[in-house]
This record gives sequence, structure tokens and C-alpha cells, in this order.
Amino acid sequence: MTTAATVVLLPFIGAVAGLLGSRWPRGRSRTEENNARAARRAAWLAIVPLPVALVLLGYLVWRTRVGPGLDWPPGTFYADLLPGFRSGAWGVIETGGVPITVGLQIDGLSVLTAILVCVVALGVQVYSVGYLRGDPRYPSYAAFISLFTSAMLLVVFAADLLVLYVGWELMGLCSYLLIGHWWEDRGNSRAAVKAFLVTRLGDVAFLFGIFTLGFAAGSFRIADVLAADLPEGTLVAATLLLLGGVAGKSAQVPLHTWLPDAMAGPTPISALIHAATMVAAGIFIVARLFPIFPQPTLDVLGVLAAVGMLGAALAALAQDDLKRVLAYSTISQLAYMAAALAAGSPGAAIFHLMSHGAFKALLFLCAGAVIHHVGSNLLSHMGGLRRVLPIPFWTMTIGFAALVGLPPTSGFFSKDGVLLALEHSASPIRLLLYGSALITVGVTGAYATRAWLRGFFGEQAPLEPAHGHAAPPTMLWPLVVLTVPTLLFGFLGAGDLALGSAAVTLVVGLLGVAIVLAAWRAAPAADPARLLGPFRAPCEEAFYLDRVYDRLVTRPTMALALLVVRTDTSVVDGAVRGSGQLTLRLSRLVKLAQQGNAQLYVTGLLAGVLLIVVGAVVL
Amino acid sequence: MHVVYPVVVAALLFSIGVYGVLARRNTILVLMSVELMLNAVNLNLVAFDVWLRDVLHGGQVLTLFVIVIAAAEVGIGLAIVLAVYRNRRTIDLDRLRELGEPVEPPVGDRG
Amino acid sequence: MSPGLWPPSAQEVVFLLLGVVAVGAALLVVTTRQLVHAALWLVACFGALAGCYLVLTAEFVAWVQVLIYVGAVVVLLLFGIMLTRAPIGRSADLDSGNRVVALVVAVATAGVLVSVVVAGFREAYAPLRPGDGAAQTMGGAIFRNWVLPFEALSVLLLAALIGAIVLSRTDIKAVE
Repeated sequence: MTTAATVVLLPFIGAVAGLLGSRWPRGRSRTEENNARAARRAAWLAIVPLPVALVLLGYLVWRTRVGPGLDWPPGTFYADLLPGFRSGAWGVIETGGVPITVGLQIDGLSVLTAILVCVVALGVQVYSVGYLRGDPRYPSYAAFISLFTSAMLLVVFAADLLVLYVGWELMGLCSYLLIGHWWEDRGNSRAAVKAFLVTRLGDVAFLFGIFTLGFAAGSFRIADVLAADLPEGTLVAATLLLLGGVAGKSAQVPLHTWLPDAMAGPTPISALIHAATMVAAGIFIVARLFPIFPQPTLDVLGVLAAVGMLGAALAALAQDDLKRVLAYSTISQLAYMAAALAAGSPGAAIFHLMSHGAFKALLFLCAGAVIHHVGSNLLSHMGGLRRVLPIPFWTMTIGFAALVGLPPTSGFFSKDGVLLALEHSASPIRLLLYGSALITVGVTGAYATRAWLRGFFGEQAPLEPAHGHAAPPTMLWPLVVLTVPTLLFGFLGAGDLALGSAAVTLVVGLLGVAIVLAAWRAAPAADPARLLGPFRAPCEEAFYLDRVYDRLVTRPTMALALLVVRTDTSVVDGAVRGSGQLTLRLSRLVKLAQQGNAQLYVTGLLAGVLLIVVGAVVL
Repeated sequence: MHVVYPVVVAALLFSIGVYGVLARRNTILVLMSVELMLNAVNLNLVAFDVWLRDVLHGGQVLTLFVIVIAAAEVGIGLAIVLAVYRNRRTIDLDRLRELGEPVEPPVGDRG
Repeated sequence: MSPGLWPPSAQEVVFLLLGVVAVGAALLVVTTRQLVHAALWLVACFGALAGCYLVLTAEFVAWVQVLIYVGAVVVLLLFGIMLTRAPIGRSADLDSGNRVVALVVAVATAGVLVSVVVAGFREAYAPLRPGDGAAQTMGGAIFRNWVLPFEALSVLLLAALIGAIVLSRTDIKAVE
């Protein structure tokens, strides 16, 4: 137990030390030299905890390799791999109602997810040293990543729903801080606010879901909640509420709109959010609480996933911004995981989560290297980078292969696992899920090929003069290192491979690749997205969902806010100012008498005395 | 002697003094009017002294005191008037308006 | 008991005549258009008042009235008029714009006061006894019973003297 707590606390300590200690002693001027010193110190503080945590996680793997497991569905790979289960608590907070247990739990799911988190976070931290060289706010940035990592680890290991919620909210905060890292640009801070608000919308539902579960089960401990015998209605209500939070954090339809905008943050942050921490949390929580998810909730999740995976893949096909392509691909891949969950196979979902975490982090970091070199996010500004950037080219090629699901990459095995689960699920919407997933495989192949071709082949666009410098080795090493799990992780699940299903998937994926390849060969300069024809514009706009939200939510809210502001200025302030002006006017009236003429004063005085005397006598 | 005669005379004198104080512009005239009012009071004091037969003659003694004080007051008053005249070249009461705020366009509110 | 209000006794007739003179002179003081005339009418008014005091047997007060008011105060006022270079002769603007209101207030004051005193002293009667206000009596009263206020008054006079000097001297500057 202490080991798990240490794993959670190590990045947290790193974050605190990085925030407080990077510029210690305070008051030093922000010269170039001091900034560099602070950045160096912050980098060490951010990176060192992670390998230590990984070593400790290795110890946890050894500890959980045997043991009485939890009650997972058969074939759940992490339960088979690490069946052990431990939990412990450091105290119980009496709330007067349902107590809160400050405790952690360790099982295969949490250990494996934690390993993913730490590996990706380590890659991102190392990568950021090079990517953000010379950024004066690097120390706080690195500290926030550490905090982010720590929050995600808390979610992963939490044994109590409210403890989990602490980490959950901390992630929301960190995503806000990191997406808005370059807040000087108004668009970035807006994207940060959007991410914060949209996820918060889901989090409210999530919190109420926790309350419902906790009060129904009489305990917030996850083990107690899972063991409790709850009525179906309560479960459906609670899990649907939880689903709101899941949709927010894991960027599922309809709360996915923050994710493409979150590309405003630095690229390593995108890698972290998309691969390991934020979006994984939603899938993770469903897997963690999977036994209590009733069929109606899973069906809802399945429909959302089916819509989301195809829509996001189509949107990815039409984007010109490389990072947005990857963002939509994340939404699409997350929808795969959600679909696997809906099909009743948390094992497949988590397996895909991990392989996706590896290859999506790789893709984002490669994209970062490309963008670092080109100085622009847009695919139309890239091209022909194959020779200039050999390492990012090869690593990204592997990443795209994993995304498409080509053997022998991890994506092949995990995606096949998902499709296998969909094919053989008992879900009533099995056909919808399977069909949607299969089409999406093809579209995935298409958009991955398109981005690959547009980025690395063809004519090289002229570089902007300020950029074009080579990426430092701290940016290249993580790429190479992440290639390893991308290539090899899948073999963990190689035993479950079903050849027939895998062949179908592979063929469909290759079909998508081939279509784009053919279109590109026909006209190398043109964007293969023209294949979409009249659907291109809606796809590029992500089916106008942002506009719909704008019309339905943002504008009425803004109008309401304007109304409130107007009311405030005209009615509330008006009353205040009006009373002030009334007083001023009255005083002006009174002032007419106060003109400094002493005779007038005495006249008034005497008249008043007379009136009083007469009044006193008469009355 | 009916007391009512002197008191009525005194009341009329006092009212005339009031009128003078309120209506005259020249400060010296105002001072004269103040003297009229003081004298009205004096007349009252004497009349009441006679009427009440005060053993200590408080009324008449007080009248003497008032006369003395009035003399002092006129001295001080005239000194003040002269000082004002030196500084302002005028002793017109309705032009000495330093008591009031200067009349200006109304102070704009900040809203 | 006291005699009736009418017919008035000889003393009362004299008093009333003097009172009419005093009131008339006072009216002229506050209405005349010439500053110097106002001072002179003030002399007439004070003189008539001194006569009133005599009738009321307050002879010492009467002489003091003549000495101080007519002799000193009016002379002071005349000095004031001269020193402020007031116009000698008629001047049109001796009354301020406040005149009408002042008249109303003054008439009201007169009305209130007269009605009050008439209502209050209709029956009061003061038999006159010569010698009550003689110099001997007054001297005795002042220096036997009122000596302390008298001394205080002398100090006040000294203070007024110094104050007047300070106010009217031009070579004393305010302390910076």
C-alpha cells in the first residue's frame, strides 16, 4: 500500500518542489541565465520522480502477479495478467453521513494503467525539456505536468470514489492550466476555458453519480459499491450520471468539443492529455466500475460511441491542422474503447487504451517535432519532410501504422481485440457497433494515410525563416523509446488473436489506405480529402456541432449574461447612481439657499424661530 | 407707570432693529441696528427693574453692563469692519459671500 | 390696585411721547438713504431712550446712556463711516435685496412680541419712586453686590481694547 501511495505522491512532491523551488531563492531577476538555471532545476525535479515511480510500479507488478482476484468477466486481460488485489486505508473521514475512506487499492487494472501513465508522462517530460527550451514559464509548466500525472495516478489507485474525485478534479484544473500555457494568445486561453467548462459540465453529473452510488451503497469505497446489491433503477440513474463525467473527460459525443480546441496547448500536453491522463480517466473509470454498469447505460454508451467513432474519424479526414487530425482520431479511438465497454469487454477497452496511449503519445510527440521544425500546424504548410526529419518520419510511420491497425504494431492487436469483442458481444446494439467500428477502421486508414502523405511526401513547402532548426536530442529520444511499446505491447494480447476477424479488419483498413494512396498518386499536389466531395465541408467543421452548441448554449447564455449585465448596470447601478444623482440634485436645490449671504441665513433663522414660537403658542 | 408701555416700545424697537439687521446692506448700518436691539433690551431691563423693585437693582446694573458691553462690541465690530474693508474694499454684506461655495456650474456626477 | 390703562398719567404721557420719538427715530435709522443721517437719527433715538430711562426713575442709567451711547458709540460709528469711505449724501443702494423678506420677518416679530407682551403685562403696574436709580443707589449696588461682574467686565473691556487694536493694525502680519 505504501508503495502505491509513494507512486502517487512522487510526482506530487515533484510538482510542489518544482512550483516552489525552481526559482528559490526568490527575488532573483529574470535574466536569461537565471531562467535557464530555473528551467534546468525544474526539469530535474519533474523527471526524476517518474523513473522511481516506474521502479516501484515494477515492484507492484511483482506483488500482484498472484492472488485472489476481483470478479472480472472472463478474458479480461489485466485480471488474467495480474490477478492480485490489495487495498488499504489511512483513515476514515466522518462526514455525518456516508464516511469517506482515505485509501488506495491495487490491482491489475490500476497497476497497468499507472505504468502507462508514468511511461507517457516520462516521455512527455523529457520531450518538453527540448520542446519548451527558452520558455520562461517552463518551471511551472513542468510542475503542472507532474501534478497532472499525480492526479491521474490518484484516480487510478483510489479506493474511494470521493478520493478518486479529488484526482479527477485536479486533472480538470491541470488541463486548464496547461492548455492555456500560452495564455498571451486569446484563443489559447479561450480553449482552456472551454476545456474546463465542458469537462466541468460532465463533472457535475459525475459528482452526483458518485453521490447516488455512495448513498445507495452506504459507502464511497469502490469495493463496497461494487459489492453492494443495488436496485436496477438506482444503478441506471447513477451510471448515467457517471457517464456524463466520462463523456466530458474522455471527450465522447456530445461533450467532445473541447478536445480539438485543446490543441491550443503545447504539443506535449496534447500527447499527455490524449494518451495517458485526462481522456484515459473516463474509460478507466467505466472499466473500474464496470460490474455495476447495467445494460441500459451500456447501450447509451454504445450509441454515443458508435456515433462518435465514425463522426470523429470523418472529421479527422477533412482537417488541415495536423494536431486536429490527431485530436479527432483520439475521439474516434476513445469511442472504440467506449464501444468495447458497451459490448461488455472492459479488457479489450483497457488493452486498446494502453496501446492507444503508447502510439498516440508517439504520434503527438512526432507531430510536435514536425511542427517544431515547420513552425506551423497546417498540413498544407508541410510536405516532403521525409528526408529532412528522418527519425520523426520513421517513428510517425510506425505510429500511423499502429493507428490504422497494421501488424505487428500494438494497434493491430488491440483494435482487433475491440472488434472481436464487438462481434461476439451480447449487446442488443451489436450490429450498429460492429458496423460503425468496421467503417471507422476504413476511414481511420484513410485519414492516417492522408496525414502521412501530406506531411512527409510530395513537394516541400517553403519554411518560415524563424524555424527550421533541428530538434534537440531530448525530443528525439522519447520518440524512439515510445516506438518500443508501440511495436511490442500488442504481443501481450497476441494469444487472443482471432485470425478471421483480424483479417476482415486488416482488409478494411488497407482498403481505406489504398483509396487515399490511389487518389494521391493520381494527383500528388491535391488534398485526398477531396474524395469526401460535398461532405468535406461538414466534416471539416465536425458536423457543425460547435456551431449548434454556439447557437443552443453559448449564445443564449451570452444573451442572458448580457441581460444580467444590463440589469446590473441599468437597474442596480442605476438605483445606486440614481440615488446619488437625486441627492446631488436635491443638494443643488438646497444650495440655492446656501450662497454665503449671512443676512439670508439670519433671516431664515429668525423666521424659523418665529414659526416655532407661533407653533408652540398656537398648538 | 404701566409696564406695558415700556415693553411695547421695547418690542417695537427690537423689531425695527431686526428689520435693520436683515435689510441693510452697509455693515455699519447693521451695527447700528444691533445697537437698537440692545437698547430695546435695556429698556425692558429698566422697566422690569422698576416694576419688580429689585433690592439688588439687578435690572439697572445689568443695563449698565450691557451698555459697556455694547460699547466694547461696537469697538470690536468696527475693527472687524475696517479689516474687511481693507481686504475687500467693500463692506456690503451681500457681497461678502465667502461662507457659501462659489456658485459654479453644477459638479458633474462621476457615473 | 393699579389705575386703568386709560387715561394715562402725566408720566405715562411723557414716556409715550419719548417712546414715539425713539421708535420714529429708530425707523428713520433703518430706512434713511443717507449713512450719516442714520447715525444722527440714532443719536435722536438714544436720546429719547435716555429720556425714557429718566421717566422710569433710572437716572444713572440715563446719563450713562447719554455718555456712552450718544457720546462714544455713535462717534465710533461715525468714525467707521468715514474710514470706510462711505458716500456722504444720498445713496440708492443702502438696502439689500433681502428687504421684503426682512420686512415680513420684522413685522411678524413685532406682531408676536407685542401681542405676547401685551397679553403678559396688561395688568402689570409699576409705581414710580424717585431716587431708586440715583447714582448713590447704583454705586452701592454695583460695588456692594455686583463688584465681581464689574471687575470681570473691566477685564472684558481690556480684552476688547486689545482685540480692536490687533484687528485694526495693519503692520501685524499673520504668522507664516
